[in-house]
Amino acid sequence: MIRQLFRFKGGIHPPQHKDRSTRSPIQAAWLPKQLILPLHQHIGESGEPIVAVGDHVLKGQKIARASGYVSASVHASSSGTITAIEELPIPHPSGLSASCIVIDTDGEDRWIEHGPEDIPYTEMDVSHLRNLIRTSGIVGLGGAGFPSSIKLNPAGSKIDTLILNGVECEPYITCDDMLMRERPENIIAGAKIMRHALNARQCLIAIEDNKPEAYTAMIEACKDEDIEVVQVPTLYPQGSEKQLIKVLTGKECPSNGLPFQIGIVVHNVGTAAAVHNAINLGEPLISRIVTVTGDGVAEPCNLEVLLGTPMQALLDQCGGLNSDVDRIIMGGPMMGFAMHSTEIPVIKTTNCILAATESNVTAPSDVMPCIRCGACADVCPVDLLPQQLQWYARSKEFERAQEHNLFDCIECGCCAYVCPSNIPLVHYYRYAKTEIWAQEREKEKADIARQRHEFRQSRIEREKAEKAARLAKKKAAVKKPADGEKDDKQAAIQAALDRAKAKKEAQGVEPKNIENMTPAQQKQIDDANARRQQTDTSEQES
Amino acid sequence: MIKLNTPSSPHFHGPSTVTTVMLKVMLALLPGILIYAWMFGWGVIINIVLASITALATEALMLRMRQRPVMMYLFDGSALVTAMLLALALPPLAPWWLVVIGSAFAIIFAKHLYGGLGFNPFNPAMVGYVMLLISFPREMTSWLAPLSLGEQNLSLGQSLSFVFSGSLPAGLSLDALTMATPLDSLKTELGLNKAMQEITASPIFGMLGGTGWEWINIAFLAGGLWLIHKKIISWHVPIAMLGSLALISFLFFIIKPGAYASPLFHLFSGGAILGAFFIATDPVSGATTPKGRLYFGAGVGVLTYIIRSWGGYPDAVAFSVLLMNMAAPTIDYYTRPRVFGHGGGN
Ligand code: SF4
Ligand code: SF4
Repeated sequence: MIRQLFRFKGGIHPPQHKDRSTRSPIQAAWLPKQLILPLHQHIGESGEPIVAVGDHVLKGQKIARASGYVSASVHASSSGTITAIEELPIPHPSGLSASCIVIDTDGEDRWIEHGPEDIPYTEMDVSHLRNLIRTSGIVGLGGAGFPSSIKLNPAGSKIDTLILNGVECEPYITCDDMLMRERPENIIAGAKIMRHALNARQCLIAIEDNKPEAYTAMIEACKDEDIEVVQVPTLYPQGSEKQLIKVLTGKECPSNGLPFQIGIVVHNVGTAAAVHNAINLGEPLISRIVTVTGDGVAEPCNLEVLLGTPMQALLDQCGGLNSDVDRIIMGGPMMGFAMHSTEIPVIKTTNCILAATESNVTAPSDVMPCIRCGACADVCPVDLLPQQLQWYARSKEFERAQEHNLFDCIECGCCAYVCPSNIPLVHYYRYAKTEIWAQEREKEKADIARQRHEFRQSRIEREKAEKAARLAKKKAAVKKPADGEKDDKQAAIQAALDRAKAKKEAQGVEPKNIENMTPAQQKQIDDANARRQQTDTSEQES
Repeated sequence: MIKLNTPSSPHFHGPSTVTTVMLKVMLALLPGILIYAWMFGWGVIINIVLASITALATEALMLRMRQRPVMMYLFDGSALVTAMLLALALPPLAPWWLVVIGSAFAIIFAKHLYGGLGFNPFNPAMVGYVMLLISFPREMTSWLAPLSLGEQNLSLGQSLSFVFSGSLPAGLSLDALTMATPLDSLKTELGLNKAMQEITASPIFGMLGGTGWEWINIAFLAGGLWLIHKKIISWHVPIAMLGSLALISFLFFIIKPGAYASPLFHLFSGGAILGAFFIATDPVSGATTPKGRLYFGAGVGVLTYIIRSWGGYPDAVAFSVLLMNMAAPTIDYYTRPRVFGHGGGN
């Protein structure tokens, strides 16, 4: 049976450059002297360290546990001694540093005792199965890094289709391709576990038609399985979850929704293999396949890398960095980000290290004004109007940008790729998104401040009223007589006070009324107070 | 340590630049221009050369004055395209100052005073054309006869001397060279209550449109189709414009064939084809959403017919395009596409 395929709108065909890294089989990467394991290698909360400096750890030993529902644990990827738990540069577009556990390896690469559970997974309680996957530290290996156990929990939804994503649509990257060629049985074993956990009716594996070897290997391995391998025509960004769902099922995942709401779950093929390792072998996620490619290295290839290995070690293994390298990209040329140094470790989401020379990437050239040609809108897979969005982003009309669905942009880069004016469109969208987030945060802060202010006001008023009531009671009890005289006097004093107050107000001495402040004003005041307090304390300290 | 660059993604860019886009537009105009020159003589080429030189010089001057990078913008090709489109709309052998004023006006007033490339709300070539038509109606409407119909064939030297000094070779009068355009004469003769069959029997009317004009328009059509094939322009505007023009002229034609020209005549005379593929498709001043382009094109087509049939000017593509330019932002706003995942997709 030939499955009917659908099309998402737009998309592009950038040059592939994939063959350069598929000439040799996957090789094991060298054991590095030092492993740097960031506590945050996924989407969600950072892991929480459960080891201390000086501890000796074994390969596969858990060294940080998940610290929330959306979180993932981290395991030692080789045996050695913990020498530091400190802030070090992690793979991040801004060159950010974050907490990492540093292990000096002992060269023995000695495993902790491990193995599969006694009962087969088919007989396990599904929540136990999910928990095993969770404690194995498995996150989506396709690039996003969302904790996989969550995506194996349909939370009441009936799952119809489990899709394994072997599309790998970004140029240069071939780690999934090589995995499918060499270890299809692992993927299928993992897929079966995932399908069992989800109780999915059918399971599809999607592969683009630029990977015929992988397709053949998967078909061969699926001969006796109830799994359908689907070849899809090459089109970037087909590997994006919602676009792939559209192609395979014709269904559109709602804008703010998740695929399981329409009965679909998508996992990367690499993740499936990791699930197989975890459940059938009892091995947590401690390594992954990384494509090292680009003209910046002498021998591009795919390496099976221990997590935490510094990228420089991989570049060395691939013949070292050529001097004409222009940038080093983690991920592909369309969505990956350029890194600030090569001492950054490989993490769970590192699918590719692209050492690009100037000829591999597009040298920055002159940016011209938008000529409204609409080429960007034609290729946008989400059907946005990139030319309008960039206009709003640049003129800081963020509300208009949101009205034009800025947050539906998947940052695939198709628009910027085709723009004849060479406008860094995606850059503008990122900027606008960050600004909007910042504003929302500020607004939240201001709301809290306003609430605090209102609360304080009402407390003061309540106290005042209480005091007045107490006073009145007292007065009534003590000075019952002569109160006519007293009242006259008081009235005179009050009148004088009122006059003085009116005069002050007219001169503008009295602070302006603070009841009807906007949140922004309140925020400014709070900020100023905070600053003042800070200077106060610093003065005290000095 | 090697210095690493860290620009943000994407790190890839396709081959398309503003210059390549403009070059392709010029290339697509070429067959039409050649046939035009073959039919009407050197005047066509002289117009284009004069307009191009003026446009480039004005562009450079304006960029200089606005302190923009001159070299970068000068060769983006946009000024040349404007110059070519304007030149093609002018009568061949028009006096040199007409061409120069029109091109300079288009570049200065319709382009740079609005902020230059990408910011002009109106199509600069059409602004230049309309300004000339209103200011110099006599010069703008004295068209040459196609060479096959006219009595004389001017050499390059004779053409140049006419363009620059208005002097014709001895024994040749202007009347012998010029002739009303088919649209023009249709309008005049219909005004004289002549029947359509009688009018179109004149030699200036060919099989489809006007004699000579049909071939030029077929060449422009070919160029336009190539642009669609190359994805430089989308099919929406030309199809919508020509479709609506054909439809509305067909309706009137079957109601009263004696008083209204046939759809084919409307499509293949005047600036309909050139306008549909090269002028109304100007991205900067047109609508940019796919649906919006359909409305935009249809608007241009209908307006063209209305102005041609009942307006004061024989051809109407320029006016229609400018009128629709005004509506473009609104059209865009109301024709935003449905975003992926926002309902209605399943
Ligand atoms: S592709 Fe570039 S020039 Fe064309 S409309 Fe989009 S942003 Fe503008
Ligand atoms: S980066 Fe955003 S706007 Fe550009 S094509 Fe991709 S989804 Fe559309």
